Amino acid sequence: MPDDTSALQLVLTGDPTLLAIVWLSLLVSGSAVLLSAILGVPLGALIALTRFPGRETVIVILNALMGLPPVVAGLLVYLALSRSGPLGSLGLLFTPQAMVIAQTVLVTPIIAALARQTVEDLWFEYRDELAAMNIGPGRRIATLIWDARFSLVTALLAGFGRAAAEVGAIIIVGGNIEGFTRTMTTTIALETSKGDLPLAMGLGMVLIAIVIVVNALAWGARRAGERYAG
Amino acid sequence: MTMRAPTSDLPIVLDNLSVSAGAVTILDRVSLTISPGAPTILIGPNGSGKTTLLRVLMGLQPPSAGRITWGGRADAAPEKRALVFQRPTMLRRSAGANLYYALKAAGIPRATHESRVADLLQLVGLENFARRPARRLSGGEQQRVALARALARDPALLMLDEPAASLDPAATKAIEDIIRAVASRGVKVVMSTHNLGQARRLGGEIVLMHRGRVVEIGAAAKLLDHPNTPEAKAFVSGELLI
Repeated sequence: MPDDTSALQLVLTGDPTLLAIVWLSLLVSGSAVLLSAILGVPLGALIALTRFPGRETVIVILNALMGLPPVVAGLLVYLALSRSGPLGSLGLLFTPQAMVIAQTVLVTPIIAALARQTVEDLWFEYRDELAAMNIGPGRRIATLIWDARFSLVTALLAGFGRAAAEVGAIIIVGGNIEGFTRTMTTTIALETSKGDLPLAMGLGMVLIAIVIVVNALAWGARRAGERYAG
Repeated sequence: MTMRAPTSDLPIVLDNLSVSAGAVTILDRVSLTISPGAPTILIGPNGSGKTTLLRVLMGLQPPSAGRITWGGRADAAPEKRALVFQRPTMLRRSAGANLYYALKAAGIPRATHESRVADLLQLVGLENFARRPARRLSGGEQQRVALARALARDPALLMLDEPAASLDPAATKAIEDIIRAVASRGVKVVMSTHNLGQARRLGGEIVLMHRGRVVEIGAAAKLLDHPNTPEAKAFVSGELLI
């Protein structure tokens, strides 16, 4: 990549390095959000609908984990995946998979906590009707998740925002290896420290554009859904 | 909808049944038998225990004391009972999808769903509303969807809590016509109202409640025209029963 290229040129000409970095970033954060949704939404719904000793404590911890510092999440996953760690034999450290795991650890509490609140609010609204229709626990959870789906999009967006913006966790477990584990945020951090501002700024523009597009799509989906389902 | 034989849930017998919430007694030693036949109308002022009684009859509210049996059974599975709440909650789906949901939940064969949804919407006069988001409908329309959703369960016993409260006369008439049509098909209707005119128009049997107790029971014409107890006399003459 020539040094005298401007940030805008890099974006407009579709620079291959930049595109590869953008693609990996989307893949890692998208996979992490998907995994977190699969884990977090049912977990949140389960906590919303069940009563057990220590439930309040679980909710407080879950809410607190929404603010889990990315470097701490990265450190925990690093320890687990390092050669002497419990999952060291998998050989995942410094791979994109490790980055997905780290971001999943970071995003799952966010999605679970927001899903818990959303489902619980809907449950208070639906409780009598579902009881009167003699709906069992399994179908109850499925109904609430389905009917809350447009609100849950917001939880997924919050998770995606967190994953796409963080740098601390993935730099620890991914190692920021050029052409392999380098994402938009890790590249921006590195290139800025090296003084290559055009690439850093180009990636910054792309990152902001992606976040805006994802939010616009989610907004549109939500509006369309509300028109259909009310 | 099919003609129904008297359900095994009937008669419902309440024996000295009370419901309390903390120190507050909501239902106070109620003894009552709900038998097959013409609609049973619960009347009484706000806070007299009508809604709680309907929830008890539905099996949603366990008694604090006393006993209830459905057709001689003490189990409460509400498979053939349906309750329409005073402010029904529409699921976040279309009006038609609300009915499909109830049919599926009741285990009614899938092959019949489409025709049953069409029949039910026609019964409540909402043929063209199948695709409309249920929560965007007017109060009266939502009340009719809730009625259709309750009927989707093919209940033998239909309970309605103030089904026409806050509705205008046209919407009220639509609801009352549906209730009459349902009752004429053999479904036992138990409903609450504090509208005496409605009680007279629909009632077979009237149960007057006050402060959690059943004050007087009788045929509609008799109780409304010749009440026996001081409370019933006050209520039917339009005095404020507090």
